[in-house]
Amino acid sequence: MEEIGNLFHGFATVLAFRDMNIFGYTMSIPFNVILMVIGIVLGIIIGILPGLGGANGVAILLPLTFSMQPTSAIILLSCIYWGALFGGAITSILFNIPGEPWSVATTFDGYPMAQQGRAGEALTAAFTSSFVGALFAVILITLIAPLVAGFALQFGAAEKFAVYFLAFASFVGLSKEPPFKTLAAMMIGFALATIGNDQITGQLRLTYGTTELIAGFDFLIAVIGLFGIGEILLTMEEGLSFKGREAKMNLSIVLQTWKKLAKYWWLSLRSCIIGCWMGITPAGATPASFMSYGIAKRISKNGKNFGNGEIEGVVAPETAAHAAGTSALLPMLALGVPGSPTAAVLLGGLLIWNLQPGPMLFVENKEFVWGLIASMYLGNVVGLIIVLTCVPFLAAILRIPFGIIAPIILMFCSVGAYTVNNSFFDVIMMFVFGILGYVLKKCNYPLAPLVLAMVLGDRAEEAFRQALISSNGSLGTFFSNGLVSSIMTLGLIALFWSVISAGIARIRGTNAATAA
Amino acid sequence: MIKPKCNSLFVAAAALGFALGGTAAHAQWEPQRPVEIIVPAGTGGGADQMARAIQGIVAKHNLMKQPLVVINKAGGAGGEGFLDVKNSNGNPHKIIITLSNLFTTPLATDIPFNWKDLTPVAMLALDEFVLWVNADKPYKTVKEFLDAAKKGGFKMAGTGSRQEDQIITVAIEKAAGVKFTYIPYRGGGEVAVQLVGNHADATVNNPIEAVAHWRGGKLRPLCVFDGKPLAYNDKVAGDLAWSSIPTCKSQGLDVEYLMLRGFFMPAGVTPDQVKFYVDLFQKVRATPEWKDLMNNGAFNQTFMTGKEYADWVAKEHDRHLNLMKDAGFLAKK
Repeated sequence: MEEIGNLFHGFATVLAFRDMNIFGYTMSIPFNVILMVIGIVLGIIIGILPGLGGANGVAILLPLTFSMQPTSAIILLSCIYWGALFGGAITSILFNIPGEPWSVATTFDGYPMAQQGRAGEALTAAFTSSFVGALFAVILITLIAPLVAGFALQFGAAEKFAVYFLAFASFVGLSKEPPFKTLAAMMIGFALATIGNDQITGQLRLTYGTTELIAGFDFLIAVIGLFGIGEILLTMEEGLSFKGREAKMNLSIVLQTWKKLAKYWWLSLRSCIIGCWMGITPAGATPASFMSYGIAKRISKNGKNFGNGEIEGVVAPETAAHAAGTSALLPMLALGVPGSPTAAVLLGGLLIWNLQPGPMLFVENKEFVWGLIASMYLGNVVGLIIVLTCVPFLAAILRIPFGIIAPIILMFCSVGAYTVNNSFFDVIMMFVFGILGYVLKKCNYPLAPLVLAMVLGDRAEEAFRQALISSNGSLGTFFSNGLVSSIMTLGLIALFWSVISAGIARIRGTNAATAA
Repeated sequence: MIKPKCNSLFVAAAALGFALGGTAAHAQWEPQRPVEIIVPAGTGGGADQMARAIQGIVAKHNLMKQPLVVINKAGGAGGEGFLDVKNSNGNPHKIIITLSNLFTTPLATDIPFNWKDLTPVAMLALDEFVLWVNADKPYKTVKEFLDAAKKGGFKMAGTGSRQEDQIITVAIEKAAGVKFTYIPYRGGGEVAVQLVGNHADATVNNPIEAVAHWRGGKLRPLCVFDGKPLAYNDKVAGDLAWSSIPTCKSQGLDVEYLMLRGFFMPAGVTPDQVKFYVDLFQKVRATPEWKDLMNNGAFNQTFMTGKEYADWVAKEHDRHLNLMKDAGFLAKK
């Protein structure tokens, strides 16, 4: 149990008081704890503003931390990351605008809950689930870090494609809309994902000779447009009313929600496992959130009601996304491979602080690694307390009349779209996507498959082609070893589940009939 | 009568000249608003790390009155960033850090851009490339590796397509008469892990991308693609230092490749403005943080400015044109 000892040493590092010279007085203050609170608050603000995601926030503040000790610096930066993870859920639930790719699945049930006046409940569920997911991942990192790093090494291109395939498969056939509309929406998403540079051949695709399209469509532009602007257009048509007016403004909502959440322990545990697996491999938090939502919808007794404001539909994606977001730091520390964009920026920071990520980091820079892990525990606790106390205020935002809040949302969306690439073309595209989103909704085309295909489409394509290049074009590579075969088989079962379950029901039916 | 007049004229001229000289020295150009460093690559990569390190060093040592802001424009294999700078003609508040995609992206994709659309400022360093194999594999020398590779079916993992890693792979194929299956990945860290996990047989990772796995005993360097061994004698992995890695040429594999880490400005800027940034980078190079960064990545610390730098870039562009033509990587017109 050397790890436990190291961890407590880490706690001591984080909580240590340091003598600081403030206004001429020498005071002993818990410097790292103060940094932690600052980081979380900044992170939440960054998470709320669409476009300015955690990765950008950390990147902007990174150079400011070069004069700090590495341990203090990483505490500040990773707390911004936790804060942004918490903050991303807020706009998804209140305004249907996911600030980060992994918050998309949270909008499916979170936003309907807010519309029914249950914003406080949805926010509490989201924050608590995030905390549970992150905590589970940190405990995993603490106990079995070296083992887990070895597991990540097993994932080549074929295995990665299998994971993406499973994410798509567990999501297909879930929407209430006709299957062909779902398929059409998904194909639009795939088509949008292919625009720009083709990673495998290094050539430009579908740019039609223009230079505006060479970067492709950033996912955030599409999501801000499709969800945010599209939603505002719909609300305008429906007579400018926000449906969340009667939102309760009371802290007791937190306790009431917690009572409900305790029932869903199995759902939480399953989502944690999915999240950690996705974070470590590293496929990332986005497939984790979609996969977890998809599986929850299949397994839950209330599955049919998903999409209409079911609390399980908030718990599943949030838990998985945060378990993945947290465990994504493990491959970064142990292997030097970032599991998320934010982890990539932190990785750059490590190198500048003269710390080499990789297997030796755990041996040579114990204090740093365990200080970081300890700050994950404490940062998440501090974060949870901060966001939960904000729940009533956040829910109260919905009481503001739509005529006032809509222009503000529009402004934030435009600024957010601009910040993604500092390009005005993106702002125009955001409005184009807004109109597209409105039309699709009016015609009953589901947006979720479109977004899923757009986020994961190019990654899946890349892994598929990498696998085929290395197998000289043989599809057998997707069933070439135990790991990849079992993931692919799971994916195929998920894909044809509706057919299979119908078949099982029929067999049972005939059995029952013969028995009778 | 004439003489004194001449004299006074001379004095006046001298005084004027002095005054002008004085004001010129005084009014040396300085940025008036925040300066953008464009990175034509994603966050976390080598160019991005260097740009952010410079940003941090400049802020910490107070080398500039205005702040530096790092902006990633990675779209279209960096084409987005290059076009942005090209379209900022005469803007002295924008600089771009480049990697080899300065040459390869326009050649491979045919976007309307050429390095001549930019003003060269300074070369800060050259990044090295090393031939790596998994440490569990039996081959310990380049020759043993190439003999094994000649049997066919070897996979080379690398960063990007039709970029530096693939160019080196093709050069090795030509020089040694072998054939690799090249598999492109998004970043150097991912490439190194593919090799550690035995999903590939070799890589040409930069030192900084693979050093952690070398120290962890997972990877083995075979040779460095430079004219002379690396100049870092500190022990890195066990008894080995960067300088212990032989050059590929000395091992019978005649391939040399170094990657530019340098800065450019938009066209149409004044020499004064260029000089400001040259001076700034010289100050950056003198800091201990910069030395640490160079040490960590085992960089080749060649520094060039002015005509010398422009000539080097021109030569390097022609070399890439030939390499890519030979490999069949040029965009089809």
